[in-house]
Amino acid sequence: MLELKPERFHLVSETGSQVVALCGRQLVADSSGTLYWPGEQTLLVADLHLEKGSAAAQRGSLLPPYDTRQTLMRLAEVIDRYEPARVIALGDSLHDTGAAERIAPQDLEVLRVLQEGREWIWVTGNHDPKVDRRFGGVARGDCEVGGLVLRHIPTQGAATHEIAGHMHPAARLSMYGYSIRRPCFVANGRRLIMPAFGAFAGGLNVLDEAFGRLFGDGGIAVWMLGQEGLYPVATRFLGRD
Amino acid sequence: MPARPRQASLKRPRDARRVGTPEPALPGAFLAWFKQRGWTPREHQLALLKQVEARKSTLLIAPTGAGKTLAGFLPSLIALSRGRRSPGRRAGIHTLYVSPLKALAVDVARNLLVPVAEMGLPIRIETRSGDTSAARKARQKVRPPDILLTTPEQLTLLLSYSEAGDFFSDLDTVVLDELHALAPTKRGDLLALDLARLSSLSPGHVRLGLSATVARPRELCAYLTPQHTNDSTQLADLLVARGGADHDIRILETEEPLPWAGHSARYAVPEIYAAIKANKLSLIFVNTRSQAELLFQELWRVNEGALPIALHHGSLDAARRRKVEAAMAAGTLRAVVATSTLDLGVDWGDVDLVINVGAPKGASRLIQRVGRANHRLDEASRAVLVPSNRFEVLECRAAIEAAAEGAHDTQYPRRGALDVLAQHVWGMACAGPFAPADLYREARSALPYADLTRKQFDRVVDFVSTGGYALRAYDRYARLRPASDGRLRLSHPKLARQYRMNAGTIVEAPMIKIRLVGRRTSKKPGVVRPLVGGRVLGELEEYFVEQLKPGDAFVFAGEVLRFEGLQDTEAFVTRTDAPDPTVPSYEGGKFPLSTHLAQRVREMIARPTRWGSLPDPVREWLHIQTERSEIPSAREVLVETFPRGMKHFLVVYPFEGRLAHQTLGMLLTRRLDRAGANPVGFVANDYALAVWGAGPIADLIATKRLDVGDLFAEDMLGDDLDAWLAESSLMKRTFRVNAVISGLIERRHPGAAKSGRQVTISSDLIYDVLRKHDPGHILLEAAWADAATGLLDVSRLGTFLSRIKGNIRYVALENVSPLAVPVLLEIGQELVHGGGVAEHMLREAAEDLIRDAMLSGGMHVGTEA
Repeated sequence: MLELKPERFHLVSETGSQVVALCGRQLVADSSGTLYWPGEQTLLVADLHLEKGSAAAQRGSLLPPYDTRQTLMRLAEVIDRYEPARVIALGDSLHDTGAAERIAPQDLEVLRVLQEGREWIWVTGNHDPKVDRRFGGVARGDCEVGGLVLRHIPTQGAATHEIAGHMHPAARLSMYGYSIRRPCFVANGRRLIMPAFGAFAGGLNVLDEAFGRLFGDGGIAVWMLGQEGLYPVATRFLGRD
Repeated sequence: MPARPRQASLKRPRDARRVGTPEPALPGAFLAWFKQRGWTPREHQLALLKQVEARKSTLLIAPTGAGKTLAGFLPSLIALSRGRRSPGRRAGIHTLYVSPLKALAVDVARNLLVPVAEMGLPIRIETRSGDTSAARKARQKVRPPDILLTTPEQLTLLLSYSEAGDFFSDLDTVVLDELHALAPTKRGDLLALDLARLSSLSPGHVRLGLSATVARPRELCAYLTPQHTNDSTQLADLLVARGGADHDIRILETEEPLPWAGHSARYAVPEIYAAIKANKLSLIFVNTRSQAELLFQELWRVNEGALPIALHHGSLDAARRRKVEAAMAAGTLRAVVATSTLDLGVDWGDVDLVINVGAPKGASRLIQRVGRANHRLDEASRAVLVPSNRFEVLECRAAIEAAAEGAHDTQYPRRGALDVLAQHVWGMACAGPFAPADLYREARSALPYADLTRKQFDRVVDFVSTGGYALRAYDRYARLRPASDGRLRLSHPKLARQYRMNAGTIVEAPMIKIRLVGRRTSKKPGVVRPLVGGRVLGELEEYFVEQLKPGDAFVFAGEVLRFEGLQDTEAFVTRTDAPDPTVPSYEGGKFPLSTHLAQRVREMIARPTRWGSLPDPVREWLHIQTERSEIPSAREVLVETFPRGMKHFLVVYPFEGRLAHQTLGMLLTRRLDRAGANPVGFVANDYALAVWGAGPIADLIATKRLDVGDLFAEDMLGDDLDAWLAESSLMKRTFRVNAVISGLIERRHPGAAKSGRQVTISSDLIYDVLRKHDPGHILLEAAWADAATGLLDVSRLGTFLSRIKGNIRYVALENVSPLAVPVLLEIGQELVHGGGVAEHMLREAAEDLIRDAMLSGGMHVGTEA
């Protein structure tokens, strides 16, 4: 039986974000799927996959052309909230190299406004080895900030001091006859993998062996993205797809 | 329409022409064949023959066992026995037969071959289905048979090829079987559009519809015939066969106390078993697969005589179902527990008793099921109804009365779905370039689309071409491009392949194969040996399998199984004797109570003089209700409030079916929340809805801070509904179906790797984005239209709200009322709904983690110590 239990809400206070420690640094994981690093005034976001809709349209699947707008609007909300001095996008920001030709001028304009007055770094990914100049900001490969390495594809095998994207982690939670699947952060205190932020980005289950290869047997911590908050969930509750 | 029409023309739609009694007109060979079989041609068989000779499309309504199918084919067999009209050139097909079931098409073909062989007629009869080999399909196109038997989906595919014109150019007769089952569905919409295309390819063909008795034959008469634009409805002739056996339906009598709630009917198992023993072959219908599994288990528990009792439902492997059907036909079974899979179609064996367990849900469904017994015209069909709780007793009684009066549930005329039209437009573009004006005219000749405006049609064409988005981003990727003559053509041939991979309107929930595996015995202790693959038992919905954890036991295919894990797209299970299996609680197959039966149940409750025919416990239950609370009149709705435990309850009895009640529950909780009643959950069944909260609902009403009339005001279908829809998983499920049918997203084909999820875009994401940025999009319009009559049943809820305006009987009670007990007992049995279920799940899971962490003395959640 499922009921609200208002008297127990305080146990999960401030669910909009959760503090995550990574190699001694305090990071704020946000329910939007972004990671804010107060010590560096830096906002991290991964796998925007801008223009994924139009990429599908080019191949004959006419998905709605609003994913870029949606992704940028959500990003604007977070930027307004944290007002970071620096934004680092951890790769696959553009769904493909053709995105530069397909993106709508007004969406580019939104991006330009977001970049005003702050440093903007495009870490390159497998989908966007090159970032067209019209997207602004600076494009580079791996990037080191405050003693942590920020990269798109996580290093194979055990690693430490690393934040990466690329994997699109998602978790499945089943209770009371319902089952929900949500993007999530996954970490083990030494490395962290961010959820995909793009409106049309799918997800890979954190129980997939691909994550096992990165985190080993030492266990993982998972934070699932909800509408109203970010929720730490024990792996024993999680299911496979 | 009485269940047993005595005449061939008892009652007919006002505009349908009467069909007079015809002269016998059978050729000698056919007369001889009838004679040799000891048969005489039935009146309606001859009448239909005359109709075809006069080139008049006709709807034949006949009870099962009346030789309906033969009647439909007789005109074609006679015409074909005289030889084809143009022997010189290669002819297309002469007769097309369309059935909702593949198995039925195959069975009818087999039966048809008998007279053809015995009379030595030079007629080629073939079937075409998803199982037909590619080579055979290709051969059929080159050398079409005289008679082709197929399904609506195969017809759709045939029409998407450029050769369709030749294939159907000689089409003489179309026979549509079980038309009552097809017409009021999306499959029926697509079939109607396909028929409209057939009219263009072969304007002179005659259509024959075969149907069971329906409340409004006029709808089907109109469906059968092309509609002219800006004109009154065109109708095919109606022919009602005489005959049909009596029904002998009774409610099971039992000494056991009647349960208050639940759907298992476990109390009646000994009596059901006794009935099986007393008859040759019993067909036991239940409403859901889980009830079928449970009852099957229970019957075998008491089966000391080891009677051959089998199980049949849609999730079982096809081969297993075929085996059960063959055993029925061979007469080696004594009983089959079945779901609606055996409602329609083929007759398997001599069933002498039908047992319907649980609520009948609709009068027409019950009559159809009862008709499965005794397919001989001169004997009564015997049936026993087994209600599984008190409300179902009322429903069974109402259904028996309806059957005795020959009353049927009314199917409301449907407006053709726009996603289906989109699929059709794409399919017609695959067949060749088309002029939009022509295709529009053709589509409007199909009854479901008779009211389609040109503007709507153009929006659909635009959707097919560019996605139809307000933001004109995709004009350069258009799938349809104008040729020099203004006609639209596919911009790339690969789009035709894409279409054919995705055609059809049946969108199943993603299914997972259930494979029974064994474990090799391990030589070394403690070493788990790999699982060894075995046979496939059937399929279950993905969402059900997702809930299972390794080690969970559940009942499926008549066995208790242990879930071992997922391997690719299959669930591996082993046999187990776990004492406490969780029966699959798959949602499928729960029909809501029909409006017609609901009305009868309300009337029965309202009139104490009619309680005499009810069993003692039910009568007593209603009497106590009059003492403790009230009995509403048939046009009123009863609303009760009472405290119980630490909570305050509000119970309402609309009798509008589970789906409408769930929607009402969602909306009521929003309103009660605003009124300060702090609602925390609700539960709904087919009859009633209970909401409970922490706030004193009765006090709020007594002190006029909350008005009961306002609580049920019709405007709840405005903003509240809209706000809720944004998050509703039911709406998202509906949208997924629209997205697949309209061709926006592709079907998930079996074998597609799971890891593909990273790259595929789920329809939920599309729904969210579309709703936010293009709320007027045609696909959202289509989804809304579907949800209103489907999973949300908003249309029925709207009718209810306007009916009860000023007719609410409100009682504030100190204690729970007798009538409220059944729905309250479902708390804990049924899913209880709250506002944002997903959010609560996440919160609870997070609380759990935090509690663990606090117990172990720290809050180091996922942090480096």
